[in-house]
Amino acid sequence: MVTDDLVVAVRPSGRRTRITTRFVTQHTRRRRHTPATWLRGGGLSALVFALPAIFVFGWFSWLPIVKSVVMSFQKTNLIVTTWVGLANFHRVLADPLLPIAIRNTLWFALLALVFGFPVPLVAAVLMSEVRRWKGLYSVLAYLPVVIPPVVAVLLWKFFYTPGPRGVFNQLLGSVHLGPVLWLQDKAIVMPALVLEATWAAAGGTIIIYLAALTSVPAELYDAAEVDGASVWGKVWHVTMPHLRGVLFVTFILQILATAQVFNEPYLFTGGGPSNRTLTVLLLIYNYAFGTSLGGRYGEATALSVMLAVVLAILSVLYFRLTRRWSTS
Amino acid sequence: MRSSRTTALGMAGALAIGLLAACSSTGSPTSPTTPADAGPTTPAAAAPVTITVAGNLPGASQENNDQLDARVKEFEAKYPNITIQPEEYQWLATTFTAQLAGGTLPTVFEIPVTDGKTLIENKQLANIDAQVKANLSYYNDFNPAIVGYGQDSSGTFFAVPAKNFYANALHINRNLFKQAGLDPDKPPTTWDEVRQDAKIIHDKTGVYGFGQMGNGATGGWQIAVDVDSRGGALEKANADGTYTATLTDPAVKASLQWLASLAADGSIDPDTSLDWSGINAAFASGQFAMFTSGSDVYNAMVQTNNMTADWGYGLTAVPTENGGAALGGGTLAAVKANATDAEKDAAVKWIDFWYLSKLRDKDQAVADAKVAVAAKQPVGTPVLPIFSKSQYEQSLVWIKDYINVPLENMKGYTDVMFSQPVGGEPKMATQAVYQLLSPVFQAVLTDKTANIDKLLADANVQAQDAIDHPAAS
Repeated sequence: MVTDDLVVAVRPSGRRTRITTRFVTQHTRRRRHTPATWLRGGGLSALVFALPAIFVFGWFSWLPIVKSVVMSFQKTNLIVTTWVGLANFHRVLADPLLPIAIRNTLWFALLALVFGFPVPLVAAVLMSEVRRWKGLYSVLAYLPVVIPPVVAVLLWKFFYTPGPRGVFNQLLGSVHLGPVLWLQDKAIVMPALVLEATWAAAGGTIIIYLAALTSVPAELYDAAEVDGASVWGKVWHVTMPHLRGVLFVTFILQILATAQVFNEPYLFTGGGPSNRTLTVLLLIYNYAFGTSLGGRYGEATALSVMLAVVLAILSVLYFRLTRRWSTS
Repeated sequence: MRSSRTTALGMAGALAIGLLAACSSTGSPTSPTTPADAGPTTPAAAAPVTITVAGNLPGASQENNDQLDARVKEFEAKYPNITIQPEEYQWLATTFTAQLAGGTLPTVFEIPVTDGKTLIENKQLANIDAQVKANLSYYNDFNPAIVGYGQDSSGTFFAVPAKNFYANALHINRNLFKQAGLDPDKPPTTWDEVRQDAKIIHDKTGVYGFGQMGNGATGGWQIAVDVDSRGGALEKANADGTYTATLTDPAVKASLQWLASLAADGSIDPDTSLDWSGINAAFASGQFAMFTSGSDVYNAMVQTNNMTADWGYGLTAVPTENGGAALGGGTLAAVKANATDAEKDAAVKWIDFWYLSKLRDKDQAVADAKVAVAAKQPVGTPVLPIFSKSQYEQSLVWIKDYINVPLENMKGYTDVMFSQPVGGEPKMATQAVYQLLSPVFQAVLTDKTANIDKLLADANVQAQDAIDHPAAS
């Protein structure tokens, strides 16, 4: 419902009486909505202006999504196509690699949440407290985000070289430790991937937190100090409540991103060793492009559809559960 | 106000129409301008035609690119109406299907022999029978053991043997052999000797003695090399035309146990993420002393990994036992399914000029070798004959003054290359079976407690499923 106040606010130079009259007139017209009124009201202009965006979005985003859903019910090598009903879904669900991929994805997500979620928060809080060189720290924190992901992974792959010649192993060797098989040891490979992923992504989250932290009124910290609050008390009782909304958003974004982790396992290990880093998205990729003679596109899209549905349900549940907390 | 609004509306509309037009003009990538299996027609002899062709590997040196450019100029001088546009090209299982489906392959592209039959059945290659018979007077001279990979059941040409046919061989770093006190002129001839030498090299130099591909399908491919050399097989053909997965074959287990013994020795590179190009780079950088791959990968290491003739490279035969063979392979040159007749004609002329004429014609052989030597590219790397053994040897005589690869370091292979049996790859779901073996290889290399029997039994069930349910229909 539009109010007079809002109209005045939008047109501060207008005359109050005249504006109110116009509002009433528009309200009456809206009730008698016809193509002619839509045309006169600028509907066509809006549509023409929106058309390029609608076209681009529809062509490059929605059409592939629709085609993927359709393909999940087909067996195709992109030349010969047959309808197979739910067979692709049945084959994917019966694939012994699926539970392995789900388990690995959950393991990556858990590690990324345990290590990757608090690190940017702590870094942002510390950086917000720094008085000098704040810009430099921000640049250093954001620098990994600027590096293309493939380049970053190749760089870290060099660091992770097994044997005593690897960069990290040379560092460990200087204190008589290692060498560690960073990407070959089944127990270490996933934390190694999470370490790189955290390094690569933390900068963006830090910037978001830093921006949110600037919105915390300084008077609250002053009041907390007057009340005798410790540093931890100020963080817990002043900073965190103000960051809560941002934290909820970054948390769900983190879950969505980790559920779709692909770059690290694909580029570091190809899913190995022995499927220990095979994630759901990498499994989808392998279905589609793992062999040279007509990939299992139907199964790839079937698993994609299932993943999208699960993530959508997860997102809805998350926002419903946290709606009350995040708006308080 | 009204004027600017009208202009803006017009611009927005023009943009929308432009976008539509841009997309519609692209057309369907798979819609042929001329049906692929349409009968041959005579192309206009002098009509200008431009084709894209598979060029050098990504990351090729400037010299390598100069060599290609020089040959393109010679070709265009010979055929003024044809324009050649080389594109970087490397066949990868993971990208080929997408390129094929997306229509982004060059007009002339390369495929492994194992993919030929299926691509023909799927109508994904152009019918070049008329062009082959019109331009390649020697089409009856192809090695009968390999020409069939590019033909359908009636003998119609859809692809021709090109570039190279090879058997897998053992590549060695002679300098590391010397540093370890081993004689590189007496390379290992049994798998036990390979293990012993690998351990000695690792113990004496600290460098891994052996390395093996383990990424994606390449891991399984190299297990197939190991298995073939031990007289085993990954698949068995049944009398009724079906195939049975035989990953539980004793030779498969023996191969994996041998790899596990190297892992126990600490003499095998534990990096299981190496693929074909990755292992070339790792070997060229001195990461390990021995690995198995096609006999021709020296070319790739010179072209993309800065290897030189005095690097210390050596080549010897893959050890064989129990009636085993060296796994073979090769490359076919094919043409895009939607190529026009004129493009197909130009494509076959290019295939003749770039891949084959240097094997058939002395002048072309010398011209090609001259350009290659001038560009510091390898000449004379041992491969299997695309035509006949005598033809191959004749071609080497023509270019003997230009051979610049260290043949004296390759005698372990060249002495037996025509007497050693050459084995074939699994025929059904080849890439899928290879992919299933890679995790088994990785497990053996990284887990001392890996249960090889169970791993192979599980993989065998999945391999049979892949054989019974081929992805491409």
